[in-house]
Amino acid sequence: MFLDELKIFYRHGRQYVPDVTAVGLTPLFRGRPVICRGITPEEVSRVVELCPVKAILLSPFRIDLGKCVFCKECHFALPEKIIFSNDYKIASNIRENLIITEGDDHLIQLDPEKVRKEIRSIFKHALKLRQVSAGGDNSVEMELNAAGNVNFDMGRYGIEFVASPRHADGIVITGPITQNMAAALQICYDAIPDPKVIILAGTDAISGGIFKDSTALNREFLQSHHIDLYVPGNPPHPLTFINGVLEMIGRKQ
Amino acid sequence: MDRNYIVLTTNPGKVTLADVPVLDYAFFQSVVDDLLANPSNHCLAYYAIPFPDYYKFICCIGCDETHSIAVFCHHLPLKTGNELDSLTIRHFPLHVFEREIHEQYGIGFSGHPWLKPVRFPTGSSEMDRYPFYAIESEELHEVGVGPIHAGIIEPGYFRFICNGEKVLHLEIQLGYQHRGIERLFVEKKHLLQKAVLAENICGDTAVGHTLCHVGLIEVLGEITSADGLFLERNIALELERIAIHIGDTAALCTDIAYQFGQVVNEALRTIVINTMQCWCGNRFGKGLIRPGGSYYPLTSEISQTISINLKEVLERYLQITSRIFSMPSVLSRFEGTGKLSSKQAALLGAVGMVARSSGISRDIRWSHPLPGMDHVESSPVILHKGDVWSRAMMRKIEVEKAVSRINQMLGQLTGDYHQVPSYDIVLQPSSLAISLTEGWRGEICHTAITDEKGQIMHYKIKDPSFHNWMALALAVRDQEISDFPLCNKSFNLSYCGNDI
Repeated sequence: MFLDELKIFYRHGRQYVPDVTAVGLTPLFRGRPVICRGITPEEVSRVVELCPVKAILLSPFRIDLGKCVFCKECHFALPEKIIFSNDYKIASNIRENLIITEGDDHLIQLDPEKVRKEIRSIFKHALKLRQVSAGGDNSVEMELNAAGNVNFDMGRYGIEFVASPRHADGIVITGPITQNMAAALQICYDAIPDPKVIILAGTDAISGGIFKDSTALNREFLQSHHIDLYVPGNPPHPLTFINGVLEMIGRKQ
Repeated sequence: MDRNYIVLTTNPGKVTLADVPVLDYAFFQSVVDDLLANPSNHCLAYYAIPFPDYYKFICCIGCDETHSIAVFCHHLPLKTGNELDSLTIRHFPLHVFEREIHEQYGIGFSGHPWLKPVRFPTGSSEMDRYPFYAIESEELHEVGVGPIHAGIIEPGYFRFICNGEKVLHLEIQLGYQHRGIERLFVEKKHLLQKAVLAENICGDTAVGHTLCHVGLIEVLGEITSADGLFLERNIALELERIAIHIGDTAALCTDIAYQFGQVVNEALRTIVINTMQCWCGNRFGKGLIRPGGSYYPLTSEISQTISINLKEVLERYLQITSRIFSMPSVLSRFEGTGKLSSKQAALLGAVGMVARSSGISRDIRWSHPLPGMDHVESSPVILHKGDVWSRAMMRKIEVEKAVSRINQMLGQLTGDYHQVPSYDIVLQPSSLAISLTEGWRGEICHTAITDEKGQIMHYKIKDPSFHNWMALALAVRDQEISDFPLCNKSFNLSYCGNDI
């Protein structure tokens, strides 16, 4: 019996990703897009019409990753001009930083000046988070679970999800925030002691995503609170989440 | 006499709406009686659509033996009031369909035992006032959990009535995840928007729901796709099944504090979803399935990666599961826990692996195979005990079978075909279409009706969880309340899939 377990353990091997900041994901992974200059008006109208979530903004041509569902259809329409790189570090504390402009090929980063001081002074070595799914489709939730699993092991940085809001330093919201979850979300947030952070994980949480126009949503919570981190993706990759949080708490430059 | 119903012999299937026989309600009931007298038939969909001066009630009954679907309807004119005799008394699986219709349109069903709300689509204020079933007794106490739970999972509310440590009754209250998707399917006109909606209905079943949706669009557009495309989609469907089943095996180990089983299975699931990512750039298969074609052809290189990775995963999965299922400390938690008897499962109209773990042969892959699947082995796995052990073992056996199905399908791929997606498919006007897919949880059913211009005017989605939530509530009766997480995980039902 014991020998069986040893055999399994041997094949299991070492699972953790040694450096979460430098993983080469498959080239097909849909991360930060790069837009070439010189998209013709005809091409512009084609992709604007195609984009399912109106994530394309004009003059200049831009893609808003807070709205993008990463379907990559604009690439397939203009394969030479819109390219999705496999760069998974796409989280930011500034909403506007999620907007990619034509001709830009720089990394998406946090603005360290705008990170609230107490976040870095208090949470740098331990950040406990309470997750609230408010209409999340369970893929974001599964990726957040995966961020703590044997592969990504976010716990090594002191970042963990906890059960009680009383034990939490912040809240991670997933989903477009349904009317039926709005009250529970507020109660949960109120129960977290100060100071506390708010992270929006996934396109649905950031902008409503494909559900934006639904009457079954109630996104008032977002209007009255300061958001500390936006993590785009549909769902966000665990590495996107971990890198964003590490940068926010000042563990990574 | 005219035919009582129209028979669709394909899945997905389509019919001109005017050809669906409209029966009077008394006769409608007798047709339902006749069809459901055969235990291998079951109700796939029963819902109402409001028209200017009447409600149209559409009923689709699946006939497993003949691999067909019977479609018929009845009308309720607005002026005759809004109450019907309930069919639930005679056919209990219809309870949830009647509850849904009642909640949506206020139509009463006299004699229905419990017109409990399904999802509170009109807002949360009624939700807060919901009167839970209660028993006045000094011996009993209540335990309320939710809507936010301890882990990173979706919201739902559970109210237990306990006698000491034992659960006497559990009432599940859902609706927190309601996003109004069915209406968005009508409002969003572009076929790409509809496909993106479909893959976000339930992210853990992105492939299952999107496959079901594109089947509907293609049958409405009378598009015939290459067999290779169908094979690729079904390979994705089985990959999704393998990933989730292995993840569930990990989670079942977590709930009984067997950490070794948890971490080994977690790592194996990672390999499977990374294989999906290597194929299409998304770990859940989002973006892969589109109407008319795919931007991610299954090249021989990717086929090889899938085949190599699955070989490795299966070997290691069988090693760890043989350990899991031979440990007395695991078996003592799994065996006899959370039992759903075959009779209960049949009464509730349970579907998918929950039904198959309780001895009921219900599997769309076998009963209503998708096009291009004629030469793929599809006999369902049936277990009989209906306990946590059966549902855990079901996953193990289904993983093995799914790997062999994928290998079989990979062998049938001829290669060089390639069709790109098409978003300008013209849908046939005034038609009704129904599409079924056996996702990892079970039977997914999408139905749509087009108007005279060929625009979708009504869309209906049914996730397997719609049937199975009540099964969970029954399975935990007389169990230790501390076993609830384990029972819950063994069902692993969808919240967003129910609340749509």
